[in-house]
Amino acid sequence: MSSASTTAHSVVEPSANSKRLAGFLVILYAVISMIPLAWIFATGWKTPPDSISYPPKVVFDPSLEGYCNLFTTRTRQTQDYIEAQGPPQGACDEVTRKREMVIAGPSNYVPRFINSLIIAFGSTFLAVALGVLSAYAFSRFKIPLADDLLFFILSTRMMPPIAVAIPIYLMYRELGLSDSALGMILLYTAVNVSLAVWLLKGFIDEIPREYEEAAMIDGYTRLHAFFKVVLPQAATGIAATAIFCLIFAWNEYAFAVLLTSGRAQTAPPFIPTIIGEGGMDWPAVGAGTTLFLIPIVVFTVLLRKHLLRGITFGAVRK
Amino acid sequence: MAEIHLESVTKRFGDVAAVQDIDLVVQDGEFVVLLGPTGAGKTTTLRLIAGLEKPTEGRVLIGGHDAAPRSPAERDVAFVFQQYSLYPHLSVYDNLAFPLRAPVRRQSREDIHKAVERVARMLRIDHKLENRATRLSGGEMQRVAIGRALVRQPSVYLMDEPLSSLDAKLRSELRLELQHIQRDLGATMLYVTHDQIEAMTMATRIGVLDHGRLVQIGTPREIYESPRNTYVATRLGMPAINLLPAGAFAGAAMPPGTTLIGARTEHIVVDRGQGGGPRARVEWIEHLGDQNHLHLVMGDHRLVTLVGADTNLSVGDELQVSLRRPLFFAADGERIAA
Ligand SMILES: Nc1ncnc2c1ncn2[C@@H]1O[C@H](COP(=O)(O)OP(=O)(O)O)[C@@H](O)[C@H]1O
Ligand SMILES: [Mg+2]
Repeated sequence: MSSASTTAHSVVEPSANSKRLAGFLVILYAVISMIPLAWIFATGWKTPPDSISYPPKVVFDPSLEGYCNLFTTRTRQTQDYIEAQGPPQGACDEVTRKREMVIAGPSNYVPRFINSLIIAFGSTFLAVALGVLSAYAFSRFKIPLADDLLFFILSTRMMPPIAVAIPIYLMYRELGLSDSALGMILLYTAVNVSLAVWLLKGFIDEIPREYEEAAMIDGYTRLHAFFKVVLPQAATGIAATAIFCLIFAWNEYAFAVLLTSGRAQTAPPFIPTIIGEGGMDWPAVGAGTTLFLIPIVVFTVLLRKHLLRGITFGAVRK
Repeated sequence: MAEIHLESVTKRFGDVAAVQDIDLVVQDGEFVVLLGPTGAGKTTTLRLIAGLEKPTEGRVLIGGHDAAPRSPAERDVAFVFQQYSLYPHLSVYDNLAFPLRAPVRRQSREDIHKAVERVARMLRIDHKLENRATRLSGGEMQRVAIGRALVRQPSVYLMDEPLSSLDAKLRSELRLELQHIQRDLGATMLYVTHDQIEAMTMATRIGVLDHGRLVQIGTPREIYESPRNTYVATRLGMPAINLLPAGAFAGAAMPPGTTLIGARTEHIVVDRGQGGGPRARVEWIEHLGDQNHLHLVMGDHRLVTLVGADTNLSVGDELQVSLRRPLFFAADGERIAA
């Protein structure tokens, strides 16, 4: 593509001063956005008293207590009982005993986290797969009422999804989908698929159809051409779409509270239920939240080279 | 290799007739060039043969068989597109190997390697095989695109203005190469272009397209010397043929019904003589190096002809113009045999 059309508005290089100002503003914004995250991260390494001390502690002795409390359940025991247990088994046991408690067993954090992984990645995969197929069909074939269908698909996003919470709750109860991973995957897929179709259609529209036609003449079927020629060139769009879908499904809270309670509960409704002695166990919540952020960060970093072009929706072309 | 047969093929897009009632036979081993300006229906004709479009009317036969039930993959044609010719996500090697890896062919890794190397050497891109397709110059890209067609032996090669995006020097080089390759392979080739030089130099036969109609088909010499009408006559020749009303040469012998005279540069004789013929004034001389374009004003009319580089004419000179066996056209534009 010619660069003339995309750089026409910036024929004049910005001055050194305006570049410096822009850089300063970007860094300022980044710092402001990072402060809550940094605070959550720090809280995960505090002791419960440090986490609620006033004035807030910026400098503190790091403690494993938050992470230990996140992964375990504990019971209060008498001093005699604790001493009868012999020497502490590992760091967490030691921290726990200092609070006159013993570890009773693992907490539900790990299974909830795994639920989150299964449901978020499963629904993202489904939404992107369905999205890319229908986007391809809308982009390449004459479909009767295509514009109306596309509008209908978009219209499913016009009200907040939670507005249909009650009907979905009743429906899921009838269908036996309540508190099941399958139910949550289907729900998040349904919410995301409209976004996926619209985003991906834009990307696929930009891929000249000559490539598929060339492949079909070269001896490939349309399906082969789709996988060999269209998908690789849509990688950018697929990556961007997948990240948007994943972020929604990973962070979704309202439906998760409503529809899951046990087996299929995801991490977002679980984390706020972590309660320690005498109220919220903020270090454990901080630890749980920190770990909860990791998959999205990893996924985004892995796909980052596709993202820069992807989230500008094809505005930047080379 | 196989012959292509178009039988009264018409293709309409809504109200637009891109191709109208074309009958065309491309013989086995023949190099046919379809010549026409943008919008004449060249690309559509190739797409109909490749199976990317279905004819509205008529039939396409490849190797004597009706192609209608066959998909593009099954028609065994190679197509060089006008643009978007390479897969941008693949290396040059993978671009060239792509047709050979197709499920319909399933060649062994060694055979593919040999074929790719052979074509890369033939087109002198063997040092670029590891490059990304997008990291090539325009000329190299077009070579790879042509190479992707040549890497297999299809029943017919279809080429859609493969040289139009190249600069003049590369174009003339590749023109020669394509001719050699076509002759060496004995390939059946249907090549479309708007460039009369490509048509004249490469074609066994030229077909001239006008708004989706095949106006005339014949050897380059036939098309050049005996154009069917003024449209075909103006397609070939540089400078373009001069069309003058018969009245401008009132005294000259011409067949009955002549309203237009077509004078190519080789039909025009200018001298400083003082005979009774029409006279013209030199208005401008364009120096092309090896020759000159002479722009003449003759009464109300202008004409352009060639003179040698060593001409001693200058602007303002008065000349006598006479014609030697020009072309004659009737009022409807059809040529009248002399
Ligand atoms: N897919 C299409 N839909 C509508 N009109 C088309 C389509 N393809 C070609 N045409 C029209 O058909 C005519 C011939 O086009 P084309 O075969 O591309 O000409 P050329 O290759 O000689 O420039 C043009 O008027 C063009 O606008
Ligand atoms: Mg064309």
